[in-house]
Amino acid sequence: MFHSRRLVLAHFWVAFAAFLLALMLGEWQMYVRSPLFSGLSNPELYYRSVTAHGSAMAYVFPTLVAMGFGYAIVELSLKRPLVGLRWAWAGFGLLVAGTVIAMIPVSMGLASVLYTFYPPMIGNAFYYIGVVLVVVGSWIWVALMSVNLRLWKRDNPGVPVPLPMFANVAGAYLWAWTSVGAALEILLQILPVALGFRSTIDAGLARVLFSWTLHAIVYFWLFPSYIAFYTLVPRAIGGRLYSDLMGRVGFALFLVFSMPIGIHHIFQDPEVGEGFKFLHAIFTAMVSVPTLLTVFTITASVEIAARLRGGTGVVGWVRALPWGNPMMLAVAFSFIMLGFGGAGGIINMSYHLDFAIHNTQWITGHFHLIYGGAIVIMYFAIAYDLWPHLTGKALAQIVLMRVQLWLWFVGMIVVTFPWHYVGILAIPRRMAYFDYSDPAIAPQALSVIITFFGGLLLLASALLFIFILLRGHHAPRITLPEFRFSAPVHAVHHVPAALNGFALWLALMIGLTVVNYGYPIVKLLGTPGTAVPAIPVGVKR
Amino acid sequence: MATASEHSEHVAARAEMRWVYFVIAVIGLLLVMIAFTSLHWVMMPAQRIETVNPSTLHLAGEFTEDNLGTEANADGSATVRLIAQQYSFTPQCIVVPANTPVTFRGTSADVIHGFIIAGTNVNVMLEPGYVSNFRTEFKRPGEHVMPCHEFCSVGHAGMWAHVKVIDRDTFFRQSLSTRRQSCVPQ
Repeated sequence: MFHSRRLVLAHFWVAFAAFLLALMLGEWQMYVRSPLFSGLSNPELYYRSVTAHGSAMAYVFPTLVAMGFGYAIVELSLKRPLVGLRWAWAGFGLLVAGTVIAMIPVSMGLASVLYTFYPPMIGNAFYYIGVVLVVVGSWIWVALMSVNLRLWKRDNPGVPVPLPMFANVAGAYLWAWTSVGAALEILLQILPVALGFRSTIDAGLARVLFSWTLHAIVYFWLFPSYIAFYTLVPRAIGGRLYSDLMGRVGFALFLVFSMPIGIHHIFQDPEVGEGFKFLHAIFTAMVSVPTLLTVFTITASVEIAARLRGGTGVVGWVRALPWGNPMMLAVAFSFIMLGFGGAGGIINMSYHLDFAIHNTQWITGHFHLIYGGAIVIMYFAIAYDLWPHLTGKALAQIVLMRVQLWLWFVGMIVVTFPWHYVGILAIPRRMAYFDYSDPAIAPQALSVIITFFGGLLLLASALLFIFILLRGHHAPRITLPEFRFSAPVHAVHHVPAALNGFALWLALMIGLTVVNYGYPIVKLLGTPGTAVPAIPVGVKR
Repeated sequence: MATASEHSEHVAARAEMRWVYFVIAVIGLLLVMIAFTSLHWVMMPAQRIETVNPSTLHLAGEFTEDNLGTEANADGSATVRLIAQQYSFTPQCIVVPANTPVTFRGTSADVIHGFIIAGTNVNVMLEPGYVSNFRTEFKRPGEHVMPCHEFCSVGHAGMWAHVKVIDRDTFFRQSLSTRRQSCVPQ
């Protein structure tokens, strides 16, 4: 069992290689803009680096992790070989090719537009073409997840879909629909200009379309981590999942509520009226519900593990948890970072508070804490959990894993807390350098230095992570028991039809997106005079 | 045994539902607060969509050079008109009166820009093709930095302006002799 090992390993290794390179660029950026670097950094190089860091971390790394984990879930939870292995390799090939094609113009300084594109700035067409290939490759994965579930259902009528597969396919559908916003922006707006067919572009419409993708993409990044919360953590720490059904409800709610909320990224923009901004603020509040439900279910599941290990008391059971277990450490760190990051998110969503921090370093701090912290630390845990099953060899460096997770947690806190603080003081994001001789900026020098050292901890952690995985390939071969996902406390005999399929949730997802985005988009399409001259960027020779 | 299991399932479901109600109550309360501050304090984002041609800003209309800066309105309020371009604002130093309703009206001549006025809630995106609005009131006289806070290509990090909040009476007295005020050195 487990035919697609090489496929999953290929996805994970390319993902982690991209992650390590992008992390190094990030740390270099924190160095050159700190007072530790004498003089002013070269902004031209800086923004090449930011574009590469963002594109790799947002489009390549999490997509490959979700895809690799998804292929593994098909085989491990449905207990049958993946259908469409050749297509899966084709999708992987597209992703790798797209990444290379996009990164060539970026490294040459021809596409320093950041991963959020920012028309009317227009970079080299190959950057956008590369990104499109990455997304098309991931759509093949979406189709394969859907096909594999359908075939399994056909052969197992009336049997509840295993929770990992249910969540996995939910994540795939979420990604398919959320990527449509940016796809429309690139294919209909940016590429015609980048290829020279048109010279004007509606920058406001582009921002609306991108916001459709920009928020929900975070939930796509988050899905593998939530799947790990529900289906790996309870088993790994010797407990049971508190509620299988609530897990399904949570994943279904993410499908429904993560798209029609993206306009909260453009509260300060002139191209959307106040009514739709208010509507999106309300829906943004709704999307915190599945996360809050998850916090309850997973904490309860962890408590079950503690009580099974002899833990007692109202909070005393916390001491009985297996703190030496990397999965336990990862989920605890993830929840702490999710708590701080989530609180920050609620501030961002409340638009009267958002005015104080929009586009400041606070935002960078927020999404590094949620994504780089709470989500990525679970990617590490997923890799540690799956690795022996992928390599057939022992992964025994438990102490090193603990050190690695601690370094990541502390490093991420040290990087993101000062960012939140200086954000409140109105220090903007994406600054290639600061003029520390300006008395208004000088007090921030200390924060920038602190974040540089936090970044060193993250770099050490990432190198250790790669080292541990490499050691795993050279360990002695072992015979493993069959891979298991977490078992619920109460066995699932049947689930409501709505929670065993996606028809209702997909209808709500598409319907709500059309309602919440339809009017703003149609309104802009019908507004004359919104197309403005494109501004080409890139090094001149 | 079956009944004991059913009982425990029932207890688990009840605990879960209590949490669901609690979550809904907390989120509901936050939404009520947002709605209240929006309606009662009129803390709302930009009002309606206005367009402007960025290629002719300097030739005619509201954003010609002699119309940029801060205008004293007949009703006792003030209006700031500004333009952003790679890599500066016009004017680079903005004067506003304290304790006076101030409306910012701005746009961009090229790419996406934006600004935040440090120590205040003033936070606006400036986009070519659109006019941005922001209404606010500055409580105390003082000076603030005003960085561009949206990536606008390589010079972004050097794009900082300043805001000088001056006494209300001084502002309106100066407005008798200066049609559009700014603190850019002449």
